[in-house]
Amino acid sequence: MSAQPPLEVSGSVKSFGDTVALDHVDLTLQPHEIVAIVGPSGCGKSTLLRSIGGLESLDAGSIRLDGVQVDDGRTRIPPERRSVGLVFQEHALFPHLTVEANVAFGLRGMARAASAERVAHMLDVVSLAGYGGRYPHELSGGERQRVALARALAPSPALMLFDEPFASLDRNLRDDLRHQVIAALRATGTAGLIVTHDQHEALSMGDRIAVMRSGRLVQIGAPDIVFHRPVDLFVAEFMGDASFLPVTGSSPSSALGPVASAGLDASAAARFVAMVRPDDVEFSPDPPDHHDASPAQPNDAGWVDGAEVISREYRGTHWLVDVRLPDDTEVLAAASHLVNPVVGTRGSVRLAPGHQQVLLATDS
Amino acid sequence: MTDLAERAPASADEPDPSSRPTSSDSVRLEAGDRASRWGWPTAAVAIALLVVAPVAFLATSILDPNEEVWRAQWQSRLPGQLADTAILLVGVGVSSLLLGSGLAWLVTAYRFPGSRLFGWLLIAPLAMPSYVLGFVTISVFGFTGPIQGWWRDTFGADAWFPPVDSMGGAIVVFTLVLYPYVFLLARTALADQAGSAYDVARSLGASPTEAARRVVLPLLRPALAAGSGIVLMETLTDFATVQYFGVDTVSVGVVRIWRGTFDRDAASEFATLVLAIALLIIGLERILRGRARYGEAAGAATRLAARRLRGWRAIAAFSTCAFVLLVSFGAPTAQLVVWMIEEATGPRGTPRVDRFQEFFTNSVILAALTATVCIVAALLVTSAQRFRPGPVTSVSARATAIGYAVPGPVVAIGVVLALVALDDFLERFGSGLPGVVATGSLIGLVYAYSVRFLAPGLNTIESGLAQVPEAVTSSARSLGARPSVVAARIHLPLSRASILTAIVLVTVDAVKELPIAFLLRPIGFDTLSVWTYNLASESRFEQAALPALTIIVVALVPVALLSRQLSKQAAEVTT
Repeated sequence: MSAQPPLEVSGSVKSFGDTVALDHVDLTLQPHEIVAIVGPSGCGKSTLLRSIGGLESLDAGSIRLDGVQVDDGRTRIPPERRSVGLVFQEHALFPHLTVEANVAFGLRGMARAASAERVAHMLDVVSLAGYGGRYPHELSGGERQRVALARALAPSPALMLFDEPFASLDRNLRDDLRHQVIAALRATGTAGLIVTHDQHEALSMGDRIAVMRSGRLVQIGAPDIVFHRPVDLFVAEFMGDASFLPVTGSSPSSALGPVASAGLDASAAARFVAMVRPDDVEFSPDPPDHHDASPAQPNDAGWVDGAEVISREYRGTHWLVDVRLPDDTEVLAAASHLVNPVVGTRGSVRLAPGHQQVLLATDS
Repeated sequence: MTDLAERAPASADEPDPSSRPTSSDSVRLEAGDRASRWGWPTAAVAIALLVVAPVAFLATSILDPNEEVWRAQWQSRLPGQLADTAILLVGVGVSSLLLGSGLAWLVTAYRFPGSRLFGWLLIAPLAMPSYVLGFVTISVFGFTGPIQGWWRDTFGADAWFPPVDSMGGAIVVFTLVLYPYVFLLARTALADQAGSAYDVARSLGASPTEAARRVVLPLLRPALAAGSGIVLMETLTDFATVQYFGVDTVSVGVVRIWRGTFDRDAASEFATLVLAIALLIIGLERILRGRARYGEAAGAATRLAARRLRGWRAIAAFSTCAFVLLVSFGAPTAQLVVWMIEEATGPRGTPRVDRFQEFFTNSVILAALTATVCIVAALLVTSAQRFRPGPVTSVSARATAIGYAVPGPVVAIGVVLALVALDDFLERFGSGLPGVVATGSLIGLVYAYSVRFLAPGLNTIESGLAQVPEAVTSSARSLGARPSVVAARIHLPLSRASILTAIVLVTVDAVKELPIAFLLRPIGFDTLSVWTYNLASESRFEQAALPALTIIVVALVPVALLSRQLSKQAAEVTT
């Protein structure tokens, strides 16, 4: 295997009329790496994928696959001469060909026996051994998507591209297939780029997550970093439930306590908020004989008293509660599924030990 | 998953690495890449230019008008021709609209004995060329025909009978063969869209008539506009039927000038008038259609809940449908069969089978060549759109479809002008085309037919390819297939049905076509349609029966295809 990165996108620009789909995008994949690109619809993630696959041409910038320049903003190598596998949401199997012939489509030029062996092997990888003689319409949605995966992997592409690969499947099937895709990529040592609008899918699939907005990659990093250390409000909001608390003071703090900051002066505090994820905030209902002691100030253990539940949502593993603090700020918190936090329940909240609030500028 | 593989095994299994780019410095396109980059759009533009050229040459001929010709025309026939054309178009347009939409409403909104069957039987008149129904009508109802003879015998020699060879007669004949276009589009729109909209309107408190007026009719408007547009174009292109009825339209004028004087310039200038009227019709259709487009509703369609008719209402509904079908298709076909048998067994001896074979062969050759040219051109244009999407290829595709909106006589004369221009151009390099190519050759004839009939072929093949998702094309290419390979191994097999349909549609249109064949045929090269027209013009109706019936039988093929498709759709909606 070459030491070249399987994919190197630099300074890529692409617009459609007045719409800028790609705005100086840089992205490099390491060998074997799986990166999930996530963003709202229209953010340019599909355009990026299509450009890498050779289905769109860049206006400027460059794309290299395994060190080979395939698009330099002026000319592009057509898709059939790029070593790239594509899997689409709508699986796009060739309906007039059997499963076998579908998987063998990219193996033309290979000896018949070798091709048959490779097809059998690929069907094995996606757990569809014995399905070779069937036609696409005889398969379930998940099976079709697995055939599409086998077909794209068969010619041993340097890079696999997935465009919303599971969006048309139901939830259980999706989780199952997600594991199969990752296993197949790992098994074949193929790097993968997965485009999705589903944060959970991105978080669970990618070695790294790239968050895209208005044609730009705003943050790229490990899933936990992107989730818990978002670079801005957009990423924080897009990646999942979050509370944004006002920040005051020269050594900044929010209702939940001090916020880690590097050289932030008091005058600037108004332009910042503290972000915290609900699963980092604990809610504990008061015992029946409880009286509020010193509201709105965290005590030694970090608990803030005088919180009141204003809405709740059952999440299966826990309750997601929206509580109002005595200073009228609202924060989302997690409560054990053992308690029953009906609306109006009073109690205390605290930042779970070991977790931090993230300071984010409001004017980004 | 149990048996996971290591990365693809070594060299023997790897696809040929030489097919992949190797230079690491810059993007290097190979010759094949460049060909596919420019080849598709070039082919699409070339085809579009070939289609547009005749119309463009014709349109420019008006820039330098021959005032003498126009003055002569204006002082003789032109005012009458304009008036006749206007009256005919308005008459046929209005009556087809009423008959077509009325019948569509009848078979969709009501259930009565045979309502299902009539739903598709009523499109059968599409197979009846207007010039055939025209001469059958004249011979049966005309002054010398059996009906008027019986009338005079019964009520006296001076008894009044509506004049048959008149504007009224022409309007009736055109309406009877052209209403199916309105019927078809209105019926589809009613079935696809009206059901749920009507139900919603009713649930919001509208009475049935109010719902029909405020919801269903506006919904149908685009379909009605499109259907009437086709009806008017078909009426405008005709020069034969109107002559049987003594109606003198501008299309007759073009043919008369061309056949009478062979004055190319005068004929082409006069043809621009026909083109202008065609453009007027298209403009009108666009305005009436509005921004809506017919047939766009997708997904689950709710049928209009049909009301069951009983008693005399059911009988009236049945009789109406049966009567229309009888006079527009059943009776004339029966009459033709009778004539054919009389001719075959009559005292005049053998029918002219030898000539029939000759003209039949001519029609087949012409239709086959036209279909081949049209299908190849349509495949190239649609593939170009798929492989090189963008304004160049899509504008080319739209331009390629204009021929169907240009009346036959206009296309015929435009093609002559284009070939003459080509001839002049080639002569500058020493050798022009062989003399007859421009004025009367199979090449010119096939060229004109292809210009006129490329649109139905293109539309059918385009909609067939549209069934193949973009992602399928992209997948095939990312798996290493060049565009031509994708077209051959994926697109062609997947759109085989639509290609067959396109062949049938173009073939049938070519067999029915009269004006172009009449104007451009090489000397001695008569088609079935020209032969029918000539025999009927000489009142040799018995002899015209055989070729006329042949055309009807051929034309029934796409009608049957269409009916099958419609009943399949109906079955899908109801299950």
